[in-house]
Amino acid sequence: MRVMRRHSVLPGFGLSLGYSLFYLCLVVLIPLSTLAFKSVALGPAHFWDAVSSPRVLASYRLTFGASLVAALVNAAFGLVVAWVLARYRFPGRRLMDALVDLPFALPTAVAGIALTTLYAENGWLGRPLQALGVKAAFTPFGITLALVFIGLPFVVRTLQPVIEALDFEVEDAAASLGASRAQTFVRVILPAIVPAWLTGFALAFARALGEYGSVVFIAGNMPLRTEIVPLLIMTKLEQYDYAGATAIAVVMLVASFLLLGAINLLQAWSGRRGMVA
Amino acid sequence: MIRPASEPTLLRVALTLVALGFLGLFLVLPLAVVFGQALEKGAAAYVAAIREPAALAAMRLTLLTAAIAVPLNLLFGLAAAWAIAKFDFRGRSVLVTLIDLPFAISPVISGVIFVLLFGRQGVLGPWLASHDVKIIFAVPGIVLATVFVTFPFVARELIPMMEASGTEEEEAARVLGASGLEIFFRVTLPNVKWGLLYGVILCNARAMGEFGAVSVVSGHIRGLTNTLPLHVEILYNEYNFQAAFAVASLLALLAIATLVIKSVVEWRSGVASHEAAPENPA
Repeated sequence: MRVMRRHSVLPGFGLSLGYSLFYLCLVVLIPLSTLAFKSVALGPAHFWDAVSSPRVLASYRLTFGASLVAALVNAAFGLVVAWVLARYRFPGRRLMDALVDLPFALPTAVAGIALTTLYAENGWLGRPLQALGVKAAFTPFGITLALVFIGLPFVVRTLQPVIEALDFEVEDAAASLGASRAQTFVRVILPAIVPAWLTGFALAFARALGEYGSVVFIAGNMPLRTEIVPLLIMTKLEQYDYAGATAIAVVMLVASFLLLGAINLLQAWSGRRGMVA
Repeated sequence: MIRPASEPTLLRVALTLVALGFLGLFLVLPLAVVFGQALEKGAAAYVAAIREPAALAAMRLTLLTAAIAVPLNLLFGLAAAWAIAKFDFRGRSVLVTLIDLPFAISPVISGVIFVLLFGRQGVLGPWLASHDVKIIFAVPGIVLATVFVTFPFVARELIPMMEASGTEEEEAARVLGASGLEIFFRVTLPNVKWGLLYGVILCNARAMGEFGAVSVVSGHIRGLTNTLPLHVEILYNEYNFQAAFAVASLLALLAIATLVIKSVVEWRSGVASHEAAPENPA
């Protein structure tokens, strides 16, 4: 790497950059490259067989479908939560604000067993749902509930600073020119927050795709019906089917990186609009 | 302050109730379940579940793992933030993207890459076997997977903070004759200490709570390669729910402590209470 230092008088550039690159390669890049190395060694025919069996396809459908629904739920309610936290003042607001980060801080296994107990047939929420004829635990519905939990902070935390940074004067101007509150929201506020909203949605979706701990307990893990992709990878490994696990992992990794690219573009877009600090 | 442009009171109340209901349903209830189930059979059963030898062994392994992973990633975070925030060089934005990489990778896949590298059929497997070194299904594998998943936390908190404080103070210190270490410890570090603390706390919470990646490389040997989250899983799968939730409540307390410290740090540092999401992979 050719380095362009602009005549800095500060010391330690070579040492800090050198150590950072060394550690990055050792901990992240070299282990990650094994995945590429191993999947290339599989050969295309083997690879295709491993990623296109009915059981694998069913798990893709489930994981992508449940993740999409969960991210949509989070997009809708996340907007309300972010709006309320940013604009309204009420008792308990600070506590609520702090609590939003719980899914980041709570170990996923703890979330998983708590949600399963909550939605099991004799659980606090499972029993009333059962009375309504809805089975939550061990169904795709239960999986979606767990993914809503895990993705909850992303939409709120990307929207909240953007809503706080909105200029009241623009809204006042719209109101004084005769716009109703609903018109102001749709025509003035919404366009300003759409990039951040989409970013939050994409982040929640990306997180849900790879989630394991909070889902595996509530999923039921029946092949073809309630088996998510991360669990399928785990099962293949336990059966010493390293080739199958590698191939499925590569597919999921490519999906994650494509999403990451989309998120970077979205953030560049919202940055250009000058809406994100 | 009264602003003319706002929602009608009824709508404000309705929106607040919807937000509270959503957070209550998805955040408060699961947390309440953890403590409710943990204490279901009384305090004695709770204490017994926590003091059981396998639980204590899991606790020791979790503490050991965090005690290795957090300092390693702290040192990296400091070095990377110094290079990225205080200097301008080609490839800087690529490096920032690469640092966030582990956040974009499923925990299970994070474990798989270490199995592919060090496992029996792995790239280095035969060599390790012939030298009688065990990494997968042993403690080194657990530590490696944990270091991987917690890799970005400190760096990504520090980089924006160090960038925001600029280089002028450091340059002034340099001109006045301070050495590199003096500049770092007496000028740079005091400016970013709250961000540093926040990064370390998040890193620690994830290191102690990681489940997916550790589950892949652990082998689940009770008393030997079981961390606290894995111990919770084993107890739960044995239908020993009360004990599972008792151990889980320790991890929930860790999460609550993390959130409290985060709030205090934000209050002390005067940072607006919500930067981008901590695990925002972009």
